[in-house]
Amino acid sequence: MQSTVEEWDIIIKPKNKLLDFKLKELYNYRDLLWLWVRREYVGAYKQTILGPLWHFISPIFSTLIYMLLYGKIAKLSTDGVPMFLFYNAGITIWNFFNGCFGCAAGSFSNHAGIFGKVYFPRLIMPLASMVTTLIKFGIQFSFFIVALLYMSYFEGYQSRFNFLSLIYVPISLILLAGIGFGFGIIVSSITTKYKDLSQLVGFGMQLLMFATPIIYAYSLVPVDIQKYILLNPLVAPVESFKYALFGIGTFNALMILYSLISTLVLLFFGLILFSKAEKNFLDTI
Amino acid sequence: MSEIVIAVENISKQYRLGTVGRDSLKDDFKRLRYKLMGESDPFLTVGDENVRHSESNSNYVWALKGINFNVNQGDIVGIIGMNGAGKSTLLKILSRTTNPTTGLVKIKGRIASLLEVGTGFHGELSGRENIFLNGTIMGLRKQEIKKKFDEIINFAGVERYIDTPVKRYSSGMYVRLAFSVAAHLEPDILIVDEVLAVGDTDFQRKCLQKMKDISQMAGRTVIFVSHNMTIMKSLCKNAILLENGKAAFSGNVNDAIFQYIHGSNTNAVESNIATLNNLGIQNIFLTNLNGSVINDISAIDYAILNFELINQIEDSILGLTIYDENDEPNISAHSTDNQGGFDKINTMKLTFPAKYLVKGRFRVEINLNGKNYESAFYFTKSIPTSKFISAGNSSKSPLVTIDWS
Repeated sequence: MQSTVEEWDIIIKPKNKLLDFKLKELYNYRDLLWLWVRREYVGAYKQTILGPLWHFISPIFSTLIYMLLYGKIAKLSTDGVPMFLFYNAGITIWNFFNGCFGCAAGSFSNHAGIFGKVYFPRLIMPLASMVTTLIKFGIQFSFFIVALLYMSYFEGYQSRFNFLSLIYVPISLILLAGIGFGFGIIVSSITTKYKDLSQLVGFGMQLLMFATPIIYAYSLVPVDIQKYILLNPLVAPVESFKYALFGIGTFNALMILYSLISTLVLLFFGLILFSKAEKNFLDTI
Repeated sequence: MSEIVIAVENISKQYRLGTVGRDSLKDDFKRLRYKLMGESDPFLTVGDENVRHSESNSNYVWALKGINFNVNQGDIVGIIGMNGAGKSTLLKILSRTTNPTTGLVKIKGRIASLLEVGTGFHGELSGRENIFLNGTIMGLRKQEIKKKFDEIINFAGVERYIDTPVKRYSSGMYVRLAFSVAAHLEPDILIVDEVLAVGDTDFQRKCLQKMKDISQMAGRTVIFVSHNMTIMKSLCKNAILLENGKAAFSGNVNDAIFQYIHGSNTNAVESNIATLNNLGIQNIFLTNLNGSVINDISAIDYAILNFELINQIEDSILGLTIYDENDEPNISAHSTDNQGGFDKINTMKLTFPAKYLVKGRFRVEINLNGKNYESAFYFTKSIPTSKFISAGNSSKSPLVTIDWS
């Protein structure tokens, strides 16, 4: 009996096993992942004159607008950090999170065309987009570093960061990527049939940004509101990111742990829903 | 030695018609309620046969219902059927882009499917990059693709465009490249939907040869969908005929095609007869010129088709057309006005030149028209398999005169 079961390479059944995430298969397709990263990266700026320069242009303009809006008009404090650096760092890290979420949330709807024609592990697509998002982050972050060095050298800004605290950059990235990705694949799995949620998510992300210390410092939040803000698992990674760069930011081990648990829970349920949805999403999308 | 590489066991696929909205949400809640109570899905017991043109009050149809078949290694299996018969749904399930509602498919080996033009191609990337992209989508490693690269480009014949984004390709070039990639990357099972029609004759011939080669020489399996029965016949040994989501026939390709063409016509005939008060034809048989009954006309020059008309109408014109297996008319003739008194005759003998028929089986269609062409009567009779075998080589249908006697 055992041998007859193993004889077949592929068995197509109406439903997947609940916890069968097929991670081994995913690994076998790693070449596809890298090609798809290349495809997304190259495809995005094909037939543009400025090409990858657009990676710089959009965050610079956003930063300038934020400086005007929140810095000059609303006069929000930046905790002693130069406005340009403060908003640029915030935009860079938020773009990264938003990118991770967005690419995962669009896994099914953005790739319905190719999913309908060939089979390959569906998770390749959001994973590749996530790598692309990481590359974009790298480019924007290096711009930030240049701006930081410029400010330190010519404007006399003294960042209070130390090299040890730089460890928080990858930690914060992993947490944000995990939360964004997990939440994203949940949204994409649920919206294959009923698309109401994608309406909510559209403006929800905007609101979520205001609930995250991106344009303000967490230390400025009134104490009675802080406990609500802390429910947001994005607070710890964003604050630790800022701490790594500027030496300012409020977070502790408990907050990091809370983020980590949220990440794992979101990823776990995300993978379950995703593998359930990938079976038949083509019929309802 | 020829082991089974695809085993399809009782596959069904149900679709819900109409739009996704409040009604489908209601159904989903009902399904959930049954599931929580530990009962089976209530909608699996409903659902109509998938007939496109008939209306029904059920929102559920079975695009496929209870399909069973096995495919042996190295076979080329054709799938035929009318639009909406379930061909594409079956291929989608086999290539794992959607799942069956019930049933099981077991597959040995790697599958490559060519379901639509440009499968997995990205318009912005060049042909070269797309070959790698496509290969990795099929689950290959980069090195394996590199080895086959030159062969792929040669076969596709797009050397000059290989570094141009594929969105600039013509649709023919697209298919050339797509087929070439799929065929050369050595899948164990190749699934080809009706995509080759876009390529030119020369390329189609190359593709057919390639599919034969990979099946006969490399022992790989091909599943092939086409509406071109000539190609189907030359390529496949076995075929599956799908009708309204059910496997109406599975076996020899010639029999499948015959049933496909014949079957689709009987419906039309029945409705015509019903409206015309039992007009009809009976007692059809073939004789040679000496009058002895024959079943095989491959060795003779002329044959006589005998039949009786029932309920003849006045002043009618009789037409006769002999179609070959592809439903191409081979010989056609009709009575003329000056053959007065024709309507009085009930027993017909039509002499026709058997030597001009192409090889294969034939279907005879007899039309009876009222003189003012108002009440056209249309009758088709298929000659069973064993009869009407002609060894004629001519593929042209010459002008013939038929003796009406």
